[in-house]
Amino acid sequence: MSVDIATVKRVARLSRIAVSEDDLERMTGELNGILGFVELLSEVDVSGVEPMTSVTPITMRKRADAVTDGDKAADIVANAPNSDQNFFLVPKVVE
Amino acid sequence: MTELTNLTISEARAKLKGREITAVELTDAYLSAIDAANGALNAYVTVTPDKAREMAKASDARLADGKGGPLEGIPLGVKDLFATRDIHTQACSHILDGFKPKYESTVTQNLWNHGAVMLGKLNMDEFAMGSSNESSYYGPSVNPWKAKGSDEKLVPGGSSGGSAAAVAAHLCAGATATDTGGSIRQPAAFTGTVGIKPTYGRCSRWGIVAYASSLDQAGPIARDVRDAAILLKSMASVDTKDTTSVDLPVPDYEASLGQSVKGMKIGIPKEYRIVGMPEEIEKLWQQGVEWLKDAGAEVVEISLPHTKYALPAYYIVAPAEASSNLARYDGVRYGLRVDGKDIADMYEKSRAAGFGKEVQRRIMIGTYVLSAGYYDAYYLKAQKVRTLIKRDFEEAFHAGVDAILAPITPSSAFAIGDKELAADPVKMYLQDVFTVTLNMAGLPGISVPAGLDHKGLPLGLQIIGKPFEEETLFKTAHVIEQAAGKFTPAKWW
Repeated sequence: MSVDIATVKRVARLSRIAVSEDDLERMTGELNGILGFVELLSEVDVSGVEPMTSVTPITMRKRADAVTDGDKAADIVANAPNSDQNFFLVPKVVE
Repeated sequence: MTELTNLTISEARAKLKGREITAVELTDAYLSAIDAANGALNAYVTVTPDKAREMAKASDARLADGKGGPLEGIPLGVKDLFATRDIHTQACSHILDGFKPKYESTVTQNLWNHGAVMLGKLNMDEFAMGSSNESSYYGPSVNPWKAKGSDEKLVPGGSSGGSAAAVAAHLCAGATATDTGGSIRQPAAFTGTVGIKPTYGRCSRWGIVAYASSLDQAGPIARDVRDAAILLKSMASVDTKDTTSVDLPVPDYEASLGQSVKGMKIGIPKEYRIVGMPEEIEKLWQQGVEWLKDAGAEVVEISLPHTKYALPAYYIVAPAEASSNLARYDGVRYGLRVDGKDIADMYEKSRAAGFGKEVQRRIMIGTYVLSAGYYDAYYLKAQKVRTLIKRDFEEAFHAGVDAILAPITPSSAFAIGDKELAADPVKMYLQDVFTVTLNMAGLPGISVPAGLDHKGLPLGLQIIGKPFEEETLFKTAHVIEQAAGKFTPAKWW
């Protein structure tokens, strides 16, 4: 399988990465290079094989459903590019 | 008196305990060495001298009281991927500009609890994506090794390139690193140092910036096998904050050094004899076989038939997980923000400006293979292939093999800015051909220096073990180290 420029544009949009028209062509070539490389997998017969979900056969440890952390709003917004009264500020979403 | 920075961790530990040297003296020696060398090697992206001296002072006080921990007063470097409270933690990416976490990763906390001293944060490929350290926002770290008669600057490998360069150049006593597809073992091989990627689940991933969560695992890079064993003992733990942390006690790895490998069965996977493998690598591998045979091990050929599918499967699984993990960098909660006309425009511009080319490529590939209509053909298929890769190893171990001996890299260190590698991302990916299989199967692997090539550059050998049998790796690597000797670069910086 290979991708064309329209698909790369769509994937860039899904990835939320702005790609300039100039870069689209380069990216299309690079992505096709990688997709061509992974194409090697098509020769493997995987019928009846379970997909891997965990490399170690463990059951996930669960903790008690209790509050163990929190009350640190100032810490959470400490690194925000723009915040006010412990809220993250973003451009207007609703007109 | 020999230079303090030449002491290994085990040597420094003895001298600190015997009060022959102080932690402050040792730390100051490293800080001076960093000052003198970092301009040339670019191993550190941030040095924390005040913090280091403060920690060293506290160590000296504890040592004076006879209360020193296992790493008391030992100065270490930390890969920029580990969260360190109130200190530069940016995964060497532009998108995490200015990020100083309000928490500490479990692995680094374990080290400080054991008395270690932090010197600063080490250079790496952006978000641990790369095999040369060239994708760092802070520019490439430089390998302390140079080819005989050449002045060309070489890569230290990646992604833990800064960790490997700093350890090889004695800019820290040891360093933390992480390995998703070979990022501990390949740089260790390129710099003549020892690196171990433990079993998935051995070290907590809590507080380590995530790349591909089902593959990421922390481990040390050190000057010799003993130091690697000492460091892993302190880094590993059982952590309730990481649900994949495995509930097994951490053994005393150092105790396995010097144990005999007599009667051990070592597997040589025939599929690792790839087309175009340089004769020198083949010869080194054979030399490793001879050393282990001389030490009484039995060597058998084994088959891991799905080996060649590990790398293509990795380049589906890792980017898929990365595209999901890196969705959090959107210019809202931390790091870089580039303003846009609306919120979506702000996301897209921030991510375009903040992520480097390789990271963008992997996010795009990951998004594509997970997108509607392609999930089964790519991601699900790759996860099934992963089951087969793991099964290959299980069958070999089931047939009585105790450990596997293999090369680490297809070559010694290459030049910074290598045109062929820069022009074709897939060529760079092939650096991981011998290392990535383990990550796919969750197995432990150690990289141990085994010799120099015709250019005078270090080459390593890899020992692969059963899950949670790191002790077998340490004792086998120790045998190779005893036979091969240690390798230190000639100082030019």
